[in-house]
Amino acid sequence: MTSNYLVYLIALPLFGSALLLLAGRKADKWGHLLGTAMSGGAFVIGLYEFTQMLGRSNEQRAVTQKLFNWISVGSFQVDAGLMLDQLSICFVLLITGVGTLIHIYSIAYMSHDLDRRRFFAFLNLFIAAMLLLVLGDSYLNLYVGWEGVGLASYLLIGFWNQKPTYATAAKKAFVANRVGDMGLSLAIMISFATLGTVSFAGVKEHAGQASTGALTAIGIMLLVAATGKSAQFPLQAWLGDAMAGPTPVSALIHAATMVTAGVYLITRSNFIFDAAPTAQLCVAIIGAITLLFGAVVGTAKDDIKKALAASTMSQIGYMILGAGLGPAGYAFAIMHLLTHGFFKAGMFLGAGSVMHGMDDEVNMRRYGGLGKFMPITFATFGLGYLAIIGVPPFAGFYSKDKIIEVAFNAGGIKGITLGSAALLGAAITAFYMTRVVILTFVGNKRWAEKAHPHESPALMWLPMVLLAVGSVASGFIFTHGNSLKNWLAPVVEQSPVHEGELLKPAVVSVLALVLVILGVGLAVLKYVRKDIPLVAPSDVSIFTRIARRDLLQDDFNEALFMKTGQGITRALVVTDKSIVDGAVRGVARLVRGSGSALRLTQTGFVRSYAMWILVGAIGLVAAIWVVTL
Amino acid sequence: MSSFTAPVLIYSLLAPILIVLGGAVIGVMIEAFASRKIRPVLQLSVTIGTLVLAFAQVWHIRHQETASAAMGSAVVDGAGVLMQGAILFIAILGVFLIADQENFTVIAAAVPGSEEETQSIQSGEQLTEVYPLTLFAVAGMMLFPVSTDLITLFVALEMLSLPLYLMAGLSRRRRLMSQEAALKYFLLGAFSSAFFLFGAAYLYGYAGTVSLSGIGAAITAANGNTVFLLIGIAFLSVGLLFKIGAVPFHAWTPDVYQGAPTPITAFMAAATKIAAFGALLRIFYVGFENAYWDWRPLITVIAIITMLFGSVVAIAQRDIKRMLAYSSIAHAGFLLAGVLALSKAGLDASIFYLIAYGVATLGAFGVVTLVRDSSGEITDLNRWAGLGKRSPFVATLFATFLLAFAGIPLTSGFIGKFSIFSAAYENGNKSVVIVGVLSSAIAAYFYIRVIVLMFFSDPVEDGTSVIIPSFLTRLSIVTAFAITIFLGLFPAPLLNFISSTAIFIR
Repeated sequence: MTSNYLVYLIALPLFGSALLLLAGRKADKWGHLLGTAMSGGAFVIGLYEFTQMLGRSNEQRAVTQKLFNWISVGSFQVDAGLMLDQLSICFVLLITGVGTLIHIYSIAYMSHDLDRRRFFAFLNLFIAAMLLLVLGDSYLNLYVGWEGVGLASYLLIGFWNQKPTYATAAKKAFVANRVGDMGLSLAIMISFATLGTVSFAGVKEHAGQASTGALTAIGIMLLVAATGKSAQFPLQAWLGDAMAGPTPVSALIHAATMVTAGVYLITRSNFIFDAAPTAQLCVAIIGAITLLFGAVVGTAKDDIKKALAASTMSQIGYMILGAGLGPAGYAFAIMHLLTHGFFKAGMFLGAGSVMHGMDDEVNMRRYGGLGKFMPITFATFGLGYLAIIGVPPFAGFYSKDKIIEVAFNAGGIKGITLGSAALLGAAITAFYMTRVVILTFVGNKRWAEKAHPHESPALMWLPMVLLAVGSVASGFIFTHGNSLKNWLAPVVEQSPVHEGELLKPAVVSVLALVLVILGVGLAVLKYVRKDIPLVAPSDVSIFTRIARRDLLQDDFNEALFMKTGQGITRALVVTDKSIVDGAVRGVARLVRGSGSALRLTQTGFVRSYAMWILVGAIGLVAAIWVVTL
Repeated sequence: MSSFTAPVLIYSLLAPILIVLGGAVIGVMIEAFASRKIRPVLQLSVTIGTLVLAFAQVWHIRHQETASAAMGSAVVDGAGVLMQGAILFIAILGVFLIADQENFTVIAAAVPGSEEETQSIQSGEQLTEVYPLTLFAVAGMMLFPVSTDLITLFVALEMLSLPLYLMAGLSRRRRLMSQEAALKYFLLGAFSSAFFLFGAAYLYGYAGTVSLSGIGAAITAANGNTVFLLIGIAFLSVGLLFKIGAVPFHAWTPDVYQGAPTPITAFMAAATKIAAFGALLRIFYVGFENAYWDWRPLITVIAIITMLFGSVVAIAQRDIKRMLAYSSIAHAGFLLAGVLALSKAGLDASIFYLIAYGVATLGAFGVVTLVRDSSGEITDLNRWAGLGKRSPFVATLFATFLLAFAGIPLTSGFIGKFSIFSAAYENGNKSVVIVGVLSSAIAAYFYIRVIVLMFFSDPVEDGTSVIIPSFLTRLSIVTAFAITIFLGLFPAPLLNFISSTAIFIR
């Protein structure tokens, strides 16, 4: 099947971005409206394609569109082509749907910013790049989108780059992402070298002929790419700082969509990981580590956005874990991705709403008792909260529970370890999210003197309400009759073998619920009706201090990479100055010196010129005589 | 009494040369009889008309290959036709520059600063003998690469040289320097011609014939006295290497390039190089082909010294014309790589290089004529500082020509250098190629230094300005620019044309 409309999905927001950037200040008045319209237009096209898809049988739902012959070098042929299948439509709807809501939200949120037009231009650029990422029909096309979202993310994190720390945060995100991008480019190169193709269909077809070693190498490189983009261990350090961007950006890019690109990449490459068990195991392990890592960091953060960012990292850890569990887990990884898209975006927008009412204060120790003053924000945030900690029947319950269950059923020690990690993560999640809610919305007021908290305008709370609806209902919809699992089946190839169950689903649910209640209870005991100091106490255990320092992620990077890197750079500079430059300058001096010396042969006297000719002639004869001796 | 055989000349095939000679004679007539008012216009139109007509005739006969156009003294073949066409094309562009009579002395025969000169200036007299002289030189240049015996070669050599000696002394400003250049050029030219003739005599002694194919056959038969052959090759080479400005026969180049009126320098630098290399290629490819192992080390050494010397000494120059002169010496070295290739690819590459280099040289010297102050052209490099800010258009054109000389991609120079070096490399001349690439790197330094000087230095306020050029000058420079860029972007049409056309018939 082909469709002629796919390109417009990307073209609309791309056009919006270009127009807003080129039109300059002239577009200040209507730029935000155009940007929102372009995103909304893409959503409408996405919905249209979705309804068309529903009307076809499960095997024929994927549509493609060839745009042009992109690279044609000998046997290396890459078409710029788009492909919309059951997996990408999920992303298309999430990106354009949540994206449009966040566009609407931003109209109000950014209304006082002089550069609102530029903000919308970047948002549109992001939407276009993200759509290209999920619509590309080859790794190379995906790569273009992958870089595009990286650029948009960089531009938006550093949107308020007049603050040097924000600019640094943008740079940090960019650098960390470069490491991941290198993984992706290596994966593409290995794929071309061993399989001779980089298109999804081609790689899938030829994957069987490649050696396990090559597939493992591709898989590991893809995992490196995923850890960079999705802030997974060990490339997770940038996400917390990325909260420097305006809150809608955090909601859209650093919670709902871009950071989940790694999950997309791994799910899309299921045919590689299924054939390379080692790489797949690495994926699961990375996911498990990150979900605990993020959760622990989340318990120690006082900055509401950074707490949510740590939570995002942790939740994506769940998704990666799910994707690393093979055919049994792909669908649940994607399901968690979608439900997370709703509830986390909703909570970020809620946090933005709180900041909007509190003069951009982000320290939760300066909040307290806001629920009364911001009832809608409290309600929507609360629904998101119930979803993320996994209370039935909210969305997170269905998706997270399934991942834990699949992890336990992975078999052997692997299953028990991964399952326990996921279970433990759920308990910590319940703890730190409860902490966030208590510190922010209940308890006594700890506001700054000038603060006048108030509910945000409708343009802001409307998207929050819609996302809250998603937080409530999406889990049920996706699991009802295994709808999402069946929907994705043609893409991720369910394995027909039903593996033995270690724990019955009901047992997992009960276990998880018990742990969640424990986590919530602990947080309630610790924070409700207690005096929360305005400044974080410093006489705390070493563990708390380590958690506050993001489990030493920056210290680690600094010691291992930055210091070494700086050392190498310094050494190289010295080498360059003394040896390379020395050689270059020496040669230059030599050349110039000999030029000046040889110039003296040019005496201006005909007699000496004639002598040169004579000498030359004699020299020629002598030389030819010597040569032929 | 041996009977005298009347020579058989195929006039249609010799017509391009004859047309140019005829035009030159008409030019002499005009100089003698036409009134002062119409003389410049008349001379210019006759000259251009002659060149265009000759060009058309060259195009017309391009497929009529024969070795017997003039009793075996001149040949019509693909390579020769290409050279003749290139010379005529360059000559047309050169005459456009020459048409700006501002550069030429009003009366060359007068002693500089004499009463006679002053009177002529006051009366508005302007002699235009430069046009017929140009045509005579062009005729010689056209004959040079198609000559197939040593006598005709010598005649052609003198035919192209003598007018050039005179033309070098025609400068209006700094007349003494100009006359000194002319005299130097004449003396040294005569000296090297003597070597050429001497070498020809040795070769006759070796082969018993002066025809190139005859010499080639004698080398193959290998029954002559090899000493005669080797001395002959060496001395003949001296005469040719002098004309192309190879080291150590180069010494005249900077002085003459600097002293001659700039339009003449432009014409001379571009067209003489094509003619001399045309002859050089024919002699070595046709006559000395089988003595390759004897002359290869010789030419290799000369090529290497020439490239290095030209590039290195150019760095020390402070005068734009002298710098371009040394650059042309370096390019002579690069072109010798094409001679060393001794292959079809080498021939094709050499012809392409000659055309590309000729056009760019003409354009570069054309720009030099434009930068002036009240006392005439400014050739001091320091006073070119900041030209890019005052006259961005002219500076950009000049920068393009310099980049072409440096062999930067997207200009004709890159394609030329690449093809000539790869041809030389394929035939095993690795040392020449390595030195060639290194010299190119050195040469890039002084080309780019001028660009930096023009665009990134602050202008000096000393009255240096770019004059508004005449239409013809503009046409010439812009055409050169367009061709330089076009050949850089789309070299294939010309390369294909050359490779399908260029052959030496024996």
